[in-house]
Amino acid sequence: MTQTDSVVTLDRVTVAYGRSVALRDVTASFSSGAVGLLGPNGAGKSTMIKSLLGFIVPERGQMRVLGLDVAASPLEIRARVGYMPESDAHIPGMNAVSFVAYCGELAGLPRVDAMQRAHEVLFYVGLGEARYRNVETYSTGMKQRIKLAQALVHDPDLLFLDEPTNGMDPKGRDEMLELVRDLAHNKGVNLILSSHLLPDVEYTCDHVVVMDKGAIAAAGPIAALKQPRGRVYELRVKTPDGEMDPFVEQLRAAGLDCHATDEDVMRVFVPGEGGARQLFALAAAASVQVRHLRPSVSTLEDVFATAVGEK
Amino acid sequence: MPIHDQGYRRYSGGKAPRGYGWAVITRAGIRTFVAKRAFLGLLLMSWFPFFVRSVQMYAAANLPQAAFLAPTASTFREFLGQQDIFAFFITVYVGAGLIANDRRANALQIYLSKPLTRAEYVFGKLAILMAFLLLVTWVPAILLLIVQIAFAGNFTFFQTNAYLFPAITVFTFLDVTMVATAMLALSSLSKNGRYVGILYAAVLFFTQAIYGVLFAVTRSSSFSWLSFPANLQQVGDAIFRLPLKYSTPWPVSLLMIVGLIGVSGLVLERRVRGVEVVA
Repeated sequence: MTQTDSVVTLDRVTVAYGRSVALRDVTASFSSGAVGLLGPNGAGKSTMIKSLLGFIVPERGQMRVLGLDVAASPLEIRARVGYMPESDAHIPGMNAVSFVAYCGELAGLPRVDAMQRAHEVLFYVGLGEARYRNVETYSTGMKQRIKLAQALVHDPDLLFLDEPTNGMDPKGRDEMLELVRDLAHNKGVNLILSSHLLPDVEYTCDHVVVMDKGAIAAAGPIAALKQPRGRVYELRVKTPDGEMDPFVEQLRAAGLDCHATDEDVMRVFVPGEGGARQLFALAAAASVQVRHLRPSVSTLEDVFATAVGEK
Repeated sequence: MPIHDQGYRRYSGGKAPRGYGWAVITRAGIRTFVAKRAFLGLLLMSWFPFFVRSVQMYAAANLPQAAFLAPTASTFREFLGQQDIFAFFITVYVGAGLIANDRRANALQIYLSKPLTRAEYVFGKLAILMAFLLLVTWVPAILLLIVQIAFAGNFTFFQTNAYLFPAITVFTFLDVTMVATAMLALSSLSKNGRYVGILYAAVLFFTQAIYGVLFAVTRSSSFSWLSFPANLQQVGDAIFRLPLKYSTPWPVSLLMIVGLIGVSGLVLERRVRGVEVVA
């Protein structure tokens, strides 16, 4: 990824709340398109987004959004980005269409355009029929949608979505993810999706930045990160004496990483180019019958677990 | 195929230059309150003294028997004093929730994620309250001056009391600025507008009560600087060139008012942020 492709860059950024360091010397680059910001709770994802919006001033480091320096041009940046906060947020006492149009006006849209865009965006996020209802009467899922609508109304070049599926039922969650995916892949909106939910990121994003304890644990295209340096197989075998452990030990002794996943099924990581041939050879040497052998596709969960050091 | 695609489309229209976000906030705030009947009733009631004074001026100008009702410079000062009670209710009704409600609904991060500075946000909110307060103080007082000229049919009174227009303007703006910034600062301290209203009333009455107790003990009004209503009255009397009611020098009272505005500004600077950091 080159610097010119990047919509957001952070260079040695440190953010602290008093003595607690939330971002520790973070250097990262977010490419255009959809990028997932993944990490467990407390990893520093929201802090990073709030720093990029200029809400929090870092102790050290430089940040650029859409080529603009966050410290020098926060208003120019905010005019071109949309932010969907994690917590419930609305302007009290307004119905949905007034609220979204108001947000459009605050972002600089003329009044008539803001109102027209508000109607369009509310239909787009699925609140068309409920747009004259007071936002305070909305369900959790509807509040998530209206937060997306207010972030979209001024047609931002970059969207920050902080846990957009929080509190949504499965159907609403699927619909929200579909919207996010559509925005990124069909509408040409760059977005950074902060989430601790791996499937959300995997479904909507092409790239991922994994954070852990205020630092970047892994980053890159999801497809590349999922590509193991070697191959993983699902393996079921039958040993002459019914004991699996000696065979597992033999595999490990040969340099293969082996994890039992079920009673007689194990996941075996074969490094290098040896692949299935090496497995068959080891099984033959140990007089073990191979009953099932299937290449296993590594998931983003594997990437995440490796990045944050989980076993 | 849909006749009109209601999906998301990119926006190709123009955008307003930055720096006018406060006006959007003020306009929306004013619209919100004007739509409330109870508030309109309060506004209407606050104009009742203006109509009474207008009738008084008409009578003084046209009926020889009512000549004793002829206005003087102090008439305008008294009129502004009468409006204090309406200004109090409007301050509580409009001001208490201005920031508190936004804090309750986490709206600050919505506002500040737009191309809007914190100063613009505060100014936009301040302008809502100041607009309504000026509507019940400065506007009727100036109209009363115009009414006097119209009913008298000459400029004699206006020319004799040429300082009245600037006096009314300076005093009402000072009064309104102090009240509005103090209320806004209190509003930024809580997420509950009702508590803010009670707190505002408590601050006013408490400072007045302390002064009252000290006056009862010392029989001297030199502690009037402790009471913000007294400070306003003292400065108002000085501006209108009337005998001062308290023995506190009026510059001290003015300093207290300016100090309160400054402290309110500091509170707002600390409290109006896109993110609440508890370190």
